[in-house]
Amino acid sequence: MSDFARIIKKRKREDFIFNIIGIICTLIGIVTLGALIVDLVMDGLPRLNWQFLTSYPSRFADKAGILSAWVGTLLIMMVTTVIAVPLGVAAGIYLEEYARRNWLTNLIEINIANLAGVPSIIYGLMALGLLVYQLNLGQSVLTGGLTLSFLILPIVIVATREALRTIPQGIREAALALGSTNWQVVRYHLLPYSTGGILTGVIIALSRAIGETAPLVTIGALTFIAFLPPSPIQSEPPYISFDWLWSPFSVLPIQMFNWVSRPDREFAVNAAGAGLALITVTLALNAAAIYLRYRMRKRITW
Amino acid sequence: MHSFSHNQGEATSLGLEVKIKAEVKGLNFYYGKNKALKNINLSFAENKVTAIIGPSGCGKSTLLRCMNRIHDLYPDIRYEGEIILHPSGINIVSPEVDPLEMRMRIGMVFQKPTAFPKSVFENVAFGLRLQGERRKNVIEEKVEQALRMAFLWDEVKDRLHKSAYNLSGGQQQRLCIARVLATTPEILLFDEPTSALDPVATAKIEELITFLKEKVTIIIVTHNMQQAARISDYTAFMYLGELIEFDTTKRIFQNPSKKLTEDYITGNFG
Repeated sequence: MSDFARIIKKRKREDFIFNIIGIICTLIGIVTLGALIVDLVMDGLPRLNWQFLTSYPSRFADKAGILSAWVGTLLIMMVTTVIAVPLGVAAGIYLEEYARRNWLTNLIEINIANLAGVPSIIYGLMALGLLVYQLNLGQSVLTGGLTLSFLILPIVIVATREALRTIPQGIREAALALGSTNWQVVRYHLLPYSTGGILTGVIIALSRAIGETAPLVTIGALTFIAFLPPSPIQSEPPYISFDWLWSPFSVLPIQMFNWVSRPDREFAVNAAGAGLALITVTLALNAAAIYLRYRMRKRITW
Repeated sequence: MHSFSHNQGEATSLGLEVKIKAEVKGLNFYYGKNKALKNINLSFAENKVTAIIGPSGCGKSTLLRCMNRIHDLYPDIRYEGEIILHPSGINIVSPEVDPLEMRMRIGMVFQKPTAFPKSVFENVAFGLRLQGERRKNVIEEKVEQALRMAFLWDEVKDRLHKSAYNLSGGQQQRLCIARVLATTPEILLFDEPTSALDPVATAKIEELITFLKEKVTIIIVTHNMQQAARISDYTAFMYLGELIEFDTTKRIFQNPSKKLTEDYITGNFG
């Protein structure tokens, strides 16, 4: 018995030691992130006021603002969403529900996983060569949106497939056994039941896209822009205009980078303000994703 | 009582007074290269319950799933032979026959309740909508009728528009039966419908099946021999992809003609 007691004591000590190591490792991540956010808030919060949100960039740090940057971010994200969501969801549905398993679909599958891991600047180079020079779309909101769409497309596809995979096969068989076509199963069952999961994936993809800087710098986004793209709503017929798609743009992370690279301490405060605005939007998006997932789990349990 | 003969390669007769709803003739079925059903010949009597029994992997579910072409959802499958649906004379497994049509005419209830995460009403209405029914009053009427037929109406009439997932397992299974009944199928297929249910819910489903056979031809796959004995009129015993014996349930359970059947019935294997 005393042998057992000794062994047990030793094992418990090992357990305790790993517990401590685990806590330390976890804290390193959390404390770093916490410190970053606290630092950002302390530097940036005083700067984040109405003037800052409604002013263009300026040579004078106290007059400068992020108006063109956040409008640019908003427009780019709109274009990205409108393009990436339908494409990604449709591709995900095709791969999961229609495509027969063979070497070709396996190859496509592996490559979609690979695409999700391609560095974002490579997407920027591709967009510069293809969209800007070959298709002559210019260094525009449209180009920026398309570039980020390509970037997040694999994430949307994977999220869609995973959301579809959580639906039990029995549901498909039951609907098909009543005489549904594949499309009817998708339209009336799979899509409604997986909306929560797909949306969660889309939001996570968007929150990645919103912080992207490299591919947009590569295609030639501006770092200093003192005007807004033309308004999509016009006072004269036909009232709606898409001219803003062709407008040059900047986005929040680029604006931030621009300010950080200046020697003046005042601009560093501006950068913190812009960073705070950016991180607030990102965290809000993530919170929405978590909420959606929670709602979905409550509504449908398989 | 029933004159009965079972010869390989030839349709079996169930007796003069029984109308035949479907005839399986020389049916072979392949998953890829694996031959899962070997020259199956039997007839399903109209408005009777036919049970298919046998140990796991004997092909009983495979045979059932030929009846509504649900196998066609998966790649690398092949049918040989015929399943003739009377009175139309259509060959269910013919490549020229659209599986969708067969699935609209022949209903199936699965092992696990497969209620959709929608309201009770929408669950039952789905099949009707697939059949192109748009008139709201007709749908409402048929939904109620189907729920009454499935012995479920009294339990759900106050929560027709609440989620079907609030129902118990047994209620969900009866909901699935109602969903199929609403489409007035010619044959109703049950694939081990009670194996996920408790004894009380099982008894209710069995009672329901006995009641339903007056309106529809029923084929049930079950691994529960007592259940087959209780509710079926005819029983087919399958083993390793072959039909070993097919007869009235009474004969199969009291006086089987094959040694293998007797061994299975008495629990010597399986």
